[in-house]
Amino acid sequence: MRETRIAAALVASCMLNVVGCATIPKDALVLSPDSIERRQLQTRRIDGIGEKELLSASAGVLQDLGFNIDESETKLGVIVASKDRSAISGGQVFGAILLALMGSYSEIDKTQKIRVSLVTHPAISSNGEILPNSHFLRITIQRVVRNTADQITRIESIEEPEIYQEFFEKLSKSVFLEVQQI
Amino acid sequence: MSSVRHTVLLPCALAFLAGCAPSTKAVMESNQSAVALRSFQQRAFDTADKEKTLRTVIATLQDLSFVVDKADLDLGTVSATKLSGYQLRITVTVRPRGATQLLVRANAQYMDKAVEDPKPYQDFFTSLEKSMFLTAHQVD
Repeated sequence: MRETRIAAALVASCMLNVVGCATIPKDALVLSPDSIERRQLQTRRIDGIGEKELLSASAGVLQDLGFNIDESETKLGVIVASKDRSAISGGQVFGAILLALMGSYSEIDKTQKIRVSLVTHPAISSNGEILPNSHFLRITIQRVVRNTADQITRIESIEEPEIYQEFFEKLSKSVFLEVQQI
Repeated sequence: MSSVRHTVLLPCALAFLAGCAPSTKAVMESNQSAVALRSFQQRAFDTADKEKTLRTVIATLQDLSFVVDKADLDLGTVSATKLSGYQLRITVTVRPRGATQLLVRANAQYMDKAVEDPKPYQDFFTSLEKSMFLTAHQVD
C-alpha cells in the first residue's frame, strides 16, 4: 500500500516536470476592452512643437526624474529610459520586524528597476493629413522588484493615474522651457 | 510490488534525465523548422510605408501593455517587453516584400521558452490589423 502511494506521488511529480512551466497566457496578445482606457491615461496631445524638439524636451523630463536613457530612435519617436531605486516600503519593514520578534524571518522588497518607454507620433486630421507641429506622446512604465534574497517579487506595469498625470505636468513645463530655448 | 517500482520508476527517471542535455545546446536550438516558424510568425500587409507601419506596430505593442525596449527604422525592428506578472518579450521586424507590400514578422519569448505556437501570433496580427486598418495576409 505504501509503495503504491509513493509511486503515485512520483508519477504526479514526473508529469509536472514533463509538462514544464505554464504556457503563455491565453490573452497575452489580445487587445482588451480596457486598452483604450489605458491609452487615454498614458497619452497626451502636444501642440506647437516639432517632433525632435518634443523628444528633446521629454528626454529633459526623464533626466529631471533621474532616469538614464537606454535607447532612442528619433526617426520613430522612441526613447527608452530606466532607473534603479530602492523598493523598501515602510509597511513591509514593520511587518518583517513583527515577524522577527515572533522568531521567524521574512524577506522584504529591496530594489526595483523602473523602465519607461516614451513614444511620439504625428497627429492626423480627420481627413488623414498630418497636422504640423502636433503630436501624440504616450508613455508606458513597468518595473521589476527584487527582495533581500535577490529574488524577483513583482513584475508589473505601472497603472496609477497620478503617476502619469504628474509626468505630463512636468512635461508641459519642460516643453515650455524647450520652446523658450532654456 | 517490484513490478510497480519498475514500471513507474524507470519512466520517471527517464523524464528527469531528459533535462540533462548540456544547456549550451539551447543557443542554436529550435523546436520547429524555420519554414514552419515563418509560416505562422509572419504576415504581409498591402502598404509600402515602412515608417508608418513601424509606428503602428509600436502603438499596438503599447496598447497590449508592452514597454518598447528598442526600435530601429533602418533595420526595421522593434523589441518590447510585457511585465504583467510574467515576462513576455517580443521582436517585430518589418521589411519590404516586392514593391507594394511589407512583410511583418514577430517572434516572442515567454519566460525562458520560445513561443512556438501559432495562436499567440494570430492574436498579435489580429490586434495589429485593427490598428493598421489593413488585412494581414498569410504568406507561404
